[in-house]
Amino acid sequence: MINYWPLIGIALVVAGFALKLNPMLVVTASAIVTGLIAGMGPVEVVETFGKAFNDNRIIAIVWIVLPVVGLLERFGLQQRAAAVIRSLRNATTGRLLILYLLYRQLTAAIGLHSTAGHPQTVRPLVAPMALAAAEKQHGELSEADAEEVKAFAAATDNVGLFFGEDIFFAIGSIVLIQQTLVTYGYNLAPLELALWAIPTAIAAFVIHSFRLMLLDRRLARNGR
Amino acid sequence: MIGLHTLYLLAGAMFAAFALLSALDRSHPKRFGNAAFWGLMALSLLGGDAIGDLGNGLLVLGLAGLAGFGFIGRSNPATTTMAEREVSSEQLGNRLFLPALIIPVTALLGTLAYNYTLLGGTGWIEAKRETYVFLGLGVLLAIGAIFAWLRPPALAPLQEGRRLIDAIGWAAVLPQMLASLGVLFAAAGVGDAIGSLTRMVIPDGSIFLTVAVFGLGMAIFTMVMGNAFAAFPVMAAAIGVPLLIKQYGGDPAVVGAIGMLAGFCGTLMTPMAANFNLVPAALLELKDQYGVIRAQIATALPLLAINILLIYVAAFR
Repeated sequence: MINYWPLIGIALVVAGFALKLNPMLVVTASAIVTGLIAGMGPVEVVETFGKAFNDNRIIAIVWIVLPVVGLLERFGLQQRAAAVIRSLRNATTGRLLILYLLYRQLTAAIGLHSTAGHPQTVRPLVAPMALAAAEKQHGELSEADAEEVKAFAAATDNVGLFFGEDIFFAIGSIVLIQQTLVTYGYNLAPLELALWAIPTAIAAFVIHSFRLMLLDRRLARNGR
Repeated sequence: MIGLHTLYLLAGAMFAAFALLSALDRSHPKRFGNAAFWGLMALSLLGGDAIGDLGNGLLVLGLAGLAGFGFIGRSNPATTTMAEREVSSEQLGNRLFLPALIIPVTALLGTLAYNYTLLGGTGWIEAKRETYVFLGLGVLLAIGAIFAWLRPPALAPLQEGRRLIDAIGWAAVLPQMLASLGVLFAAAGVGDAIGSLTRMVIPDGSIFLTVAVFGLGMAIFTMVMGNAFAAFPVMAAAIGVPLLIKQYGGDPAVVGAIGMLAGFCGTLMTPMAANFNLVPAALLELKDQYGVIRAQIATALPLLAINILLIYVAAFR
């Protein structure tokens, strides 16, 4: 008989996010409730949560780029990135982000997925460039338009990363697929799996590029 | 050997400096809250292996309490004004991009050189971690280059870093919290429960509908867990292997590879994937913390449909 009680932990998280409660508290509460439902004692729950946090410290490493990003902002890097875009006659937000999408997919596909990202490239370079291009197309941006352009800059990084990295056969997700299927007796070569990531990668590029061109049209139409 | 522990030391030292500078910042209304919060992060990175599981657990509860009850906030360390930045950008010109490129170029060339030349032959870097190590090296080189060229005040990298980390706030720690929650979900058997729920909705005999439930299940379960990695083994066990591969004879490479990508469509649509969706919203100072997700939904949904069609067409040729 399958035990459905652990799903209460999920319900707590969904409710907490929907109510926009502080996610740190929501996650902690859900972790404690889930652990107790699983039959752990209170101390054991805290220990399990702590051990998992310690095992996942690799996630915190990326923040070491912040001092460099901050220093460069101090000397006007965002302004410089915007100035370059203003000097290019044909630059638009959509074209710029399509180019970045392609770059992100291609570098991720050859295993270089950690060389770009939100702190490393989006905040200091891609977002200010996208904003400058939008201002060229549109004139002064409303706050809502500026928010949308910045959100698209971040979204483009995610789409490029997710639908590029699986073409690289030595990435974690490919290894996971392979390991999972081996336990059922299907021993696949990682390369075979990576190959099947290509059609989706192309579809992701087409769909997201199309949306970026629509963004361009929206910006141009609302503008001068 | 250089590996993650070296990087934990580097990151830990940085967070310790953020904590100290927060405590000394008299202009900051929540300076001791911020000092405690980043101090706990420093303790985790520097001493996480020494304080035991319970110690780490209490540390996490401390982080959650400080963040959840409003003890931390933004800071305003001294930096340049917008006008000064415009002037500096004009004076320095495009050379300003060179130090910005040091980090990605070091990570890129370092990774390539390590894997494809004799540089990696001796195995002096922990396996599979070379990109992180070269990322760290790139950070140090970039700071060195900026100091040699532009001579900022000695504390500027740490103060500027603190300005940014305080703007991000608890969102910087949330991804690690969610990964830990995933471990508890797994221990409690959430995967089994979801898998059995999914099997209940499968109509008998229709390959296409089974594929659709598999793809949707990957996306929805990924949205719940924040991570396609957690969803894949569950959906493979519930539907992918017993029904699609065994019963209907689908190609396991297609079912596996594209099934995972259907999950990635879910990652684009959930706040649970905080490091991809909530962290950039904080980092770009968006008013709407779900702004990035909103920008992604219209890419994710058609792509999910295409993934389902791809599995149906390619796995059952």
